[in-house]
Amino acid sequence: MFDIVAFIPRMVAQSIPLMLGSTGETITQKSGNLNLGIPGVMYVGAISGVIGSFLYEHSCGGSAEAMNPFLTIAIPLFCCLLGSFLMGLLYCILTVTLRANQNVTGLAMTTFGVGFGNFFGGSLIKLTGSDIPSIALSATSNAFRTTLPFASAAGTVGKLFFSYGFLAYAAIIISLAAAYVIRSTRVGLHLRAVGESPATADAAGINITKYKYVATILGCMIAGLGGLYYVMDYANGVWSNDAFGDRGWLAIALVIFTIWRPDIGILSSFLFGGLYILYLYIPTGVNLAVKELYKMLPYIVTIIVLIITSMRNKRENQPPASLGQSYFREER
Amino acid sequence: MDNTTPAVALRGITKTFGTVVANHHVDLDIRKGEILALLGENGSGKTTLMNMLSGIYYPDEGQIFINGEEVTIQSPRDAFRYGIGMIHQHFKLVDVFTATENIILGLEEKGRLDRAAASRKIREICDLYGFSIDPDRKIYQMSVSQKQTVEIVKALYRGADILILDEPTAVLTPQETEKLFAVLRNMRADGKAIIIITHKLHEVQALSDRVAVLRKGAYIGEMMTRDTNPQEMTNMMVGHQVSLNIRRPDPVDPKPRIEIKGLTVTSPEGVLKLDHIYFDIRGGEILGIAGISGSGQKELLEAIAGLQRVESGQILYLHDDGRKEELVGRDPLEIQKLGVALSFVPEDRLGMGLVGNMDLSENMMLRSFRAGHSVFTDRKHPHELAEKVVEELEVNTPGVSTPVRRLSGGNVQKVLVGREIASSPKVLLTAYAVRGLDINSSYTIYDLLNQQKEAGVAVVYVGEDLDVLLELADRIVVLCGGRVSGILDGRTADKNEVGMMMTELGGSERIKAKEREE
Repeated sequence: MFDIVAFIPRMVAQSIPLMLGSTGETITQKSGNLNLGIPGVMYVGAISGVIGSFLYEHSCGGSAEAMNPFLTIAIPLFCCLLGSFLMGLLYCILTVTLRANQNVTGLAMTTFGVGFGNFFGGSLIKLTGSDIPSIALSATSNAFRTTLPFASAAGTVGKLFFSYGFLAYAAIIISLAAAYVIRSTRVGLHLRAVGESPATADAAGINITKYKYVATILGCMIAGLGGLYYVMDYANGVWSNDAFGDRGWLAIALVIFTIWRPDIGILSSFLFGGLYILYLYIPTGVNLAVKELYKMLPYIVTIIVLIITSMRNKRENQPPASLGQSYFREER
Repeated sequence: MDNTTPAVALRGITKTFGTVVANHHVDLDIRKGEILALLGENGSGKTTLMNMLSGIYYPDEGQIFINGEEVTIQSPRDAFRYGIGMIHQHFKLVDVFTATENIILGLEEKGRLDRAAASRKIREICDLYGFSIDPDRKIYQMSVSQKQTVEIVKALYRGADILILDEPTAVLTPQETEKLFAVLRNMRADGKAIIIITHKLHEVQALSDRVAVLRKGAYIGEMMTRDTNPQEMTNMMVGHQVSLNIRRPDPVDPKPRIEIKGLTVTSPEGVLKLDHIYFDIRGGEILGIAGISGSGQKELLEAIAGLQRVESGQILYLHDDGRKEELVGRDPLEIQKLGVALSFVPEDRLGMGLVGNMDLSENMMLRSFRAGHSVFTDRKHPHELAEKVVEELEVNTPGVSTPVRRLSGGNVQKVLVGREIASSPKVLLTAYAVRGLDINSSYTIYDLLNQQKEAGVAVVYVGEDLDVLLELADRIVVLCGGRVSGILDGRTADKNEVGMMMTELGGSERIKAKEREE
């Protein structure tokens, strides 16, 4: 039968990359930048972390005892943030400073990011010389998946609430913080003004370029963490090419679904995370074809959601008015 | 003259955009406690000059003095610091924000964001100068004049002593304009320096103390308002003698061309846009349509042109031989073939009718691309037509292969109106044909419409400026909230009467009174 206690932790784990991706993209979109490069950014975030931890694990000779617990976490984390920072910077230079088309830039970055990830992933796999086409970073992964000591002792409650690595809690905190900043602070007000009407924000003395750069790069770094979480926590430190799949696109779709609110994003990430793995928990017997149909669920729901959201017409729930447009003050 | 230091002094300001010189060595003084009217044709550089004061543009050359001290204004933030506030022609407001959020936008105050305290302060400012706005209302729920009020309060909230208003009355009814002027006079009494950019000479006379004139980016001169008259101001603006009276030839053999009976239109959101409209459009006369923007003008014209779904009612087209034909339910192409031409100039000018990225002759083709039998389009005739329009209407363009997007507003409108007239229509529907145009271009358009009228065409002119409507139109249909609140003779109608009929209150009372009579 349907095992809810086993299902929920998997659902949460599945939802964290989506949550980080959509929170990052929401912050970006609030500044008026439609970054379709998020899937690529998440790939780059993941592979950068993998490269960092691979090199560190190897420098320690592969023995978990020789590794400094702090560095085990800090090196992949730093590499991941650096990789996604550079991706964000690239996007901003192209779209904000050079005013390139945002859609084209984003799509190019996704193509680039996925290729970048697979290329270096492939190189690392070659380096290990193993027969299986994947790298296992178990020591790093163990560090990322360390839970609070009492989690396993707390029974069902522990399993439902305390069985996750620190990045999962960080994701929820980041999303809540983002929601608070966007809604209730001066910075959030200015950010929204930049995305809604840059000319207005400019006339009000807000530095458009600064807000766009900071929001987009920060958004990319948050999304990059989603990639890192996927490899280190969800996939137990195993990198194999293309395993991350299309989670990045789902994260972008989630932004629309959550009407640009990261707090709603937490719940809807859970929903989509659940849909993503529902097929594993629905007894279908030996008929594999039915399983494949269940795998379609997140995408079908995405399409339905897009239809429903296109029909609502409340002004507050619309995308930022200048989303996807670049701004040039002296344009006549 | 008083010899106190001017609040603002501009010296030798020059600004170029590429090869276009927008301002050329402009000197200008603005004093405290006075209202200065800045006059000039389209493209004479008024807005550019003021944008340099408000920090949107940065001058290439020249100096700016505020209260006698030389300053550099590099950004809007600098402008606030020197107490300069500008109310732009296109409001700089975020639609989904409340009035309060818009007003405090960009302010770097210490501490956390306290919307309630800001709202209180805004109410105080409103009480002081006699504004009435609700600070917690969202901008998209506000009327145009309320939005303008928010803009003014925004400037005052930032402590502006120098207030610049760019064509503030373009979108207001006469009553709202009067209210705005009263507020501006209050502020003048409070010692603020006010600059108002406008095309409307009677407003200059009603409001300002001093007039400064720009022509082609250069400063022409200034005078005290009480010492000058509209004719002199116009001559200075245009650079040569212009007749200010709009010609109104008598209607030529007016006979009904279109009869509108009980026309009702609802928007896709279910809002009633036109509510049982009755009137007729006659050949050989200009029918003016007055009304606050959004009272159903667009829907009316589009319904006639077949672009709008009609809920109920009839639109009958009368042929020369007296045959009547129903237009409702016809597709736009058939209606066009009957000789109904629509030239609608929306706010952004290009939205309907012209394609910005296409050049002049290609835009001419939008009307004729179905002609001929070959699979290839005929480019020769549209090209000739484009050249004819450019020549006859004095369109200022490098050539007929220039994208329309690159032309200035007035020239775009000439191209649009010129094309519609070239199709030798029986009915010419124009909306806001002179929107934002300077005096010279406006008069060219009026002449064109009059020529059409004299040729027996039924001209419908939807306009914003009541003074023009009253001088140009033979009859005026006044719309108010989608209903006809009156049909007046253009030669005898009174401006205040029309203004009252346009507003919700006056208009709907009249409608009720009429219903009682019936």
